[in-house]
Amino acid sequence: MRKAVAILLLGIFGYYFASIFLSLPFGEKREGVGKHYLENTISETGSVNTVTSIVVSYRGFDTLGEVTVLFLASTGLGAILFDVRRKKRNEQNASPIVRTTSTVFYPMIILLGAYVFVHGHLTPGGGFQGGAIIATGVLLMFMAYRKFEANHTLLSVIESLAGLTFVTVGLTGLIYGGSFLVNFLPLGTPNDLVSAGVIPIIYIAVGFKVGAELTVVLDDMLKTIR
Amino acid sequence: MLYYIGAISLILIGLYAVLVKKNLLKIVIGLAIVDSGLNLLFIAIGYVKNATAPIFSSESLTADKMVDPVPQSLVLTAIVIGLAVTAVALGLVIRLYDHHKTLDINKIRQLKW
Repeated sequence: MRKAVAILLLGIFGYYFASIFLSLPFGEKREGVGKHYLENTISETGSVNTVTSIVVSYRGFDTLGEVTVLFLASTGLGAILFDVRRKKRNEQNASPIVRTTSTVFYPMIILLGAYVFVHGHLTPGGGFQGGAIIATGVLLMFMAYRKFEANHTLLSVIESLAGLTFVTVGLTGLIYGGSFLVNFLPLGTPNDLVSAGVIPIIYIAVGFKVGAELTVVLDDMLKTIR
Repeated sequence: MLYYIGAISLILIGLYAVLVKKNLLKIVIGLAIVDSGLNLLFIAIGYVKNATAPIFSSESLTADKMVDPVPQSLVLTAIVIGLAVTAVALGLVIRLYDHHKTLDINKIRQLKW
């Protein structure tokens, strides 16, 4: 009965939802704000990756809010799981093959994550993606070694410093450029590693912040396994 | 067209899981599937035929042969928010399991509908 009602509701919802989208043209060029971004990204922000220039420069304030949401989620998760009885994790390590491979791969995964967020303005990638890659490296170590512990003091220091860097860059733009998060550094040559003004600085800060926050989330989850 | 239909069916599958399933973990998985469907739908809206990624990595690439970058950056935001939602939801599921010793929403009396 409940299944039939659910399928009926979803059928009606899906029909109207799909009929809206099927009337939209698919795969055609659209004029609008996207066109402006594509044509002016290099001259206005110096970043060749248009998605990065939108996320960090044109919609930088939105990204600050997004980073805040992620911070609140990781803090909130810590608060929700705060007084759950922490059971000691199973002492047995993973097999020697898994342990050896993860010891070799752990620094390489961290390096890949750092590469992805340092080159955020040149290649596909950026702070959020690089931070997520770093957190997967830490997850690999958590699964291979039962005694592997994340240093919470270090993680919260990294997280606070990264957030502070973001806000400081924004406020410096307010002082020197006239508005919050304005690009006050020279833009440089497009496609150079050091170019695009403040965009790499902000994305590196975001990368450190996201990596630290996701590691804290994984640590909170793992410690409540029973 | 097919992309729209695929993304919308993903959203409907996720909503079905949220409405019908009794296990709290399956409901959280349903929310995650709705999230993926919405992200795919956004990317499909921004697609332009025979166009490439919006990155000017070489001189031969021009702005009129690139897909719309705005939906892509919005999806970048949405993925992060979806991750935060999933993490907090899983934390709440852990607390509920701790309190009631079950994940079945029929046995957790306050959650009946």
